[in-house]
Amino acid sequence: MKRFLKLYLIEQKLALRSGDMLLFGVAMPVGIMILISLIAGSKQAGEGFTYLESSFASLIAVGICAAAFMGIPLTIADYRDKKILKHFFTTPCSPLWILGSDMLCAGGTALLSAMSVALVSVLFLGYEMQGNVLAFVGSWLLTLVSMFSIGLLMASLCRTVKSVNTVTTLVYFPMLFLSGATVPYELFPDGLQKVANVLPLTQGIKLMKAVSMGIELEGVWKIAALLVGITLICTLVSVKTFRWE
Amino acid sequence: MDTCIEVKDLTKSFGGRVVVDGITFRVEKGEVFGLLGHNGAGKSTTIDLLLGLKKPDCGTGTIFGLDPTTNRKKVFERVGVQLQSSNYQNNIRVDELCSEMSALYEKTEDYHRLLQFFSLEGFEKSQVNKLSGGERQRLSVALALINKPEIVFLDELTTGLDTAARREVWRHLKELKKQGTTIFLTTHYMEEAESLCDRIFLIKDGKKVTEGTVKNVIEDSPYDNLEDAYLWYMGEEVAR
Repeated sequence: MKRFLKLYLIEQKLALRSGDMLLFGVAMPVGIMILISLIAGSKQAGEGFTYLESSFASLIAVGICAAAFMGIPLTIADYRDKKILKHFFTTPCSPLWILGSDMLCAGGTALLSAMSVALVSVLFLGYEMQGNVLAFVGSWLLTLVSMFSIGLLMASLCRTVKSVNTVTTLVYFPMLFLSGATVPYELFPDGLQKVANVLPLTQGIKLMKAVSMGIELEGVWKIAALLVGITLICTLVSVKTFRWE
Repeated sequence: MDTCIEVKDLTKSFGGRVVVDGITFRVEKGEVFGLLGHNGAGKSTTIDLLLGLKKPDCGTGTIFGLDPTTNRKKVFERVGVQLQSSNYQNNIRVDELCSEMSALYEKTEDYHRLLQFFSLEGFEKSQVNKLSGGERQRLSVALALINKPEIVFLDELTTGLDTAARREVWRHLKELKKQGTTIFLTTHYMEEAESLCDRIFLIKDGKKVTEGTVKNVIEDSPYDNLEDAYLWYMGEEVAR
């Protein structure tokens, strides 16, 4: 356990050192949060909630989006290409150590992002959560786990660094802009909302939003079940198709 | 002498092409054993099979009498490996890489001593990908030794290095040999084999061509140096 922790800490240090994750996962959502609150913070976004309240949950999800659809697949593809994964087979440790520590790193980045958004919102923008905080943490965790399983699936299905790069771009940007994570979902015209609904992250964000605002969204359980289903299927397929080299 | 590596009838094909074809050899404790052949002769695949990284079609490879696929923990606690053209994480520093590798083993060498041994002291805080080719290869060997292994596998360690850097790596390997470490290496530089190996094994298209001490291998050919003898064994014209 102590040895695994050491491995994880070094990997986490590397992840933060590269800077990409800090920019896309932390600085960006915090920046957008401040922008939205300056432009339209107290304006009503829908029945009884403001843009600030609506954006809180979705911006908390930006860190998940960056970690799941950029961090995880890019790191795994890079390590596979560099034979770092293969090298673990020639040590007494399971190669699951390096995969596990990198998943944990992605979780660490997402947590850092969520904490930053939350702190800025609560301390400086006067945000107050109407819903249950613990339930919100639960919905965040469920969204995180299900999106990470999709990231893992991307890493499993793509054989080369180049294809992972392409797929990452094709998944990350639509998820970022069309799921409601950055541009408020409420602003989308009907047609676009339908498209957005297909994206798994949209569902996670809907869940987190509903919980954060304490709304009894019909189908909360349906969304939760969908996310659990995504997690199970993606994890299973990744494990079956994963390649170490 | 104690046998520490034993390979029997190892065979592997990919997509109908036989890459390793009935290879059999033994490596004794304390020996430097060289697997020689052209690019694509099956050297790396032989190592992969022996280490249990790939599954052989038939035949067996054992290290300390154990099958590495079923005794991974036991075997790799005592074996160090440097795979061909390995790379490391972006942005990782030498000291971080060393402590990451140390974390994988129960018993480890103090990495500062290893860095010193490979003339890398003072590089602890340097980024690994900013090191020169020779420095990085010396670091690779140092990392393969971090668990105080009884056997080290070095796959094409000096490919791409200039002469001076290559000699520097050799000097360290000879020192290692003096300390009694068994070394299994692959190379396509005959000079390297001549300078380091006690015994060599020539492989072509996955098949054994010949094996023996460097001296025997030369004597059994019509030539008086290993490079010409090697080409002769491989069935190539020897330019005069």
